[in-house]
Amino acid sequence: MDVRSNEFKARAAANLDDEKLQKGLGLIKVKAVVNRAGAVAEFGDFESLREAGKQIRDRALADLDLYLERFEREATARGAVVHWAENASEACRIVVDIAKQSGVRTVAKSKSMVSEEVGLNDALIAAGIEPIETDLGEYILQINDAEPPSHIVMPVIHKTAEDVADLFHAKHGTPRKTDPAALTREAREILRPKFLSADMGVSGANFLIAETGSTLIVTNEGNGRLCTTLPRLHVALTGIEKVVPTLEDASTLLRLLPRSATGQAITNYVSLHTGPKRLEESDGPQQFHIVLVDNGRSKLLAGEMREMLRCIRCGACMNHCPVYQAVGGHAYGWVYPGPMGNILTPSYVGLENAIALPNAATMCNQCGVVCPVKIPLPDLMRKLREEQMERGLKPWPERVGLALWGWAAQQPALYSFGTRLAVRVMKWLGGNDKLIHRLPLAAGWTDGRDFPAPAGKTFRELYKERRK
Amino acid sequence: MRVALFVTCLADLMRPGVAFAAIRLLEHGGCTVEVPQTQTCCGQPAYNSGDRATAIALARKALDEFEGFDYVVAPSGSCGGMIRAHYPELFRDDPATLKRIEALAARTWELTDFLVTVLKLDSVPGDFTGSVTYHDSCSGLRELGVKAQPRTLLARLPGVRLTEMNEAETCCGFGGTFSLKFGEVSTQLADNKCGHACATGADAIVGGDLGCLLNIEGRLRRRGDLKTRVLHIAEVLAGSMD
Ligand code: SF4
Repeated sequence: MDVRSNEFKARAAANLDDEKLQKGLGLIKVKAVVNRAGAVAEFGDFESLREAGKQIRDRALADLDLYLERFEREATARGAVVHWAENASEACRIVVDIAKQSGVRTVAKSKSMVSEEVGLNDALIAAGIEPIETDLGEYILQINDAEPPSHIVMPVIHKTAEDVADLFHAKHGTPRKTDPAALTREAREILRPKFLSADMGVSGANFLIAETGSTLIVTNEGNGRLCTTLPRLHVALTGIEKVVPTLEDASTLLRLLPRSATGQAITNYVSLHTGPKRLEESDGPQQFHIVLVDNGRSKLLAGEMREMLRCIRCGACMNHCPVYQAVGGHAYGWVYPGPMGNILTPSYVGLENAIALPNAATMCNQCGVVCPVKIPLPDLMRKLREEQMERGLKPWPERVGLALWGWAAQQPALYSFGTRLAVRVMKWLGGNDKLIHRLPLAAGWTDGRDFPAPAGKTFRELYKERRK
Repeated sequence: MRVALFVTCLADLMRPGVAFAAIRLLEHGGCTVEVPQTQTCCGQPAYNSGDRATAIALARKALDEFEGFDYVVAPSGSCGGMIRAHYPELFRDDPATLKRIEALAARTWELTDFLVTVLKLDSVPGDFTGSVTYHDSCSGLRELGVKAQPRTLLARLPGVRLTEMNEAETCCGFGGTFSLKFGEVSTQLADNKCGHACATGADAIVGGDLGCLLNIEGRLRRRGDLKTRVLHIAEVLAGSMD
């Protein structure tokens, strides 16, 4: 997927003015935020659960190599084939090779963010293989000229039912309908035969279980089950950080994931895949391949962004982020939007290619308090800001402004003089209504807001006067 | 009890009345209040902009100025949170300073938290009458747990009627330099906040952080609302100062 994260400001501004998008985004609060709050309240001691989740993920990351080796051993012993992909192109090549070796023509895909991350669909198409997205949201995006998702759990949250009605009418050539149930039925009718004819299914994996060599996926639509059991090949594509030691650990994380994502106590489907179809079994793929993607993850493991690898991709951070709620996922310009994207995007595509993102947050920490594995997202964003500063990636007016202000704030006499002058100028600018309507160096503020003017003397001046 | 007032740079510049109100409240609670004259800024703008060196320098300066007092009180959850929650992290590699910084952090309080938790104030001198709605500023709320404290104090004023707004805990969009760098987004969030606050029909929007209050008031006035007052909690609790 192309990286367009450096266009954040322009795209965010455009999205703020997009009424239809705003309507779609409004649903996040209704659906995700309110539902999560309900589920958390109903659960009781969610804080202890978050702590347990954090510890499980930390334990897995502390010995990641060992757990991955164990996973490979167990999975192989049960007949699966484990592949290691160092980067995006290698991941794509591996999947394409698997497909080619078995003469695969069509691939039924269930939702996978790693597939978006590595750009698998483009690679399959280039190799003459047809990928079919079977998750309803992903399907909508695919037939809309491969539009990127705007959310990691609800990929089409930016679209209204009206948008989908227009799209289906145009692409399917069927009479236009707006009823969501009817639209879903229409998609299902088109997708079912494709499931049945697909030679290969591609899924992601929410967790990898080291002790059994299983992959685990959670879905609400049931398409994941069809993709992983009907075709003769199943390829699970996921990041190396998804491993957890035991089934018990996975079940603890399963209590956190759906509650944090959609407010469900459990998703409609939880599927555990352990090896391909065995002799005595009637269903399942003949081959089961697991492609484990690094693509920058092991680099994070050794650095200051390590905690980000705890992420279980629930989307709670974006659902609760006031900036995400206002601008939507596409503004972030890559696969992962919202607070998690503010860290993952610069980490995976390069800080210089996502300059705005670590700064595109008010540091309100709403994300940090909802994250089910307690990732201190604002702290990580701040560390990236520090790195930007060290590497000279910040725009020069900001650097000069900060340096001047920082220096002055360390010289009390000078600072006092400067502030006395500043409040007098601001008072004058404020005029009769005591509001500054335009400030030359602060257009970002005054374009949409007035600036309440000060009284004309600093506190410390007045304090001295009063004490005399 | 010797209490140092951490004036905060915004109160010093934009609303001196807030600092005077804080002094009055602390004195009302029996404190001897001092105002170290060389104080400037806690360093948070530098810290959140990635300028760690300046943040450390300003933290050292604050340490020298404030470490001799029983308590340090700031009329701001943002500056209070900076000292309490973030200063220690700045000195994680400097054990000698870290010890002093941790001691300072432990003695530093946000104003309403201090009034309720330490002073256990059961009366306040204010005389405000009217309906108010309270905006929970992010740092105070999520770094220091300031939520019930200002409401407890407002309840001590017989003339005040508190009506909660929807999404009182959602960020107003200020975010320090964020408000300048991402002006459109920041304005949108401020606008959302104004909408929720005004829907309560309150006479005044009250909060504990001047940054947020300037942001909210700025948007409110641009929306054409010249009537709804925007006040710092200290101003409401201390009453008229003239
Ligand atoms: S960072 Fe935390 S809240 Fe965000 S998606 Fe990952 S696990 Fe969920």
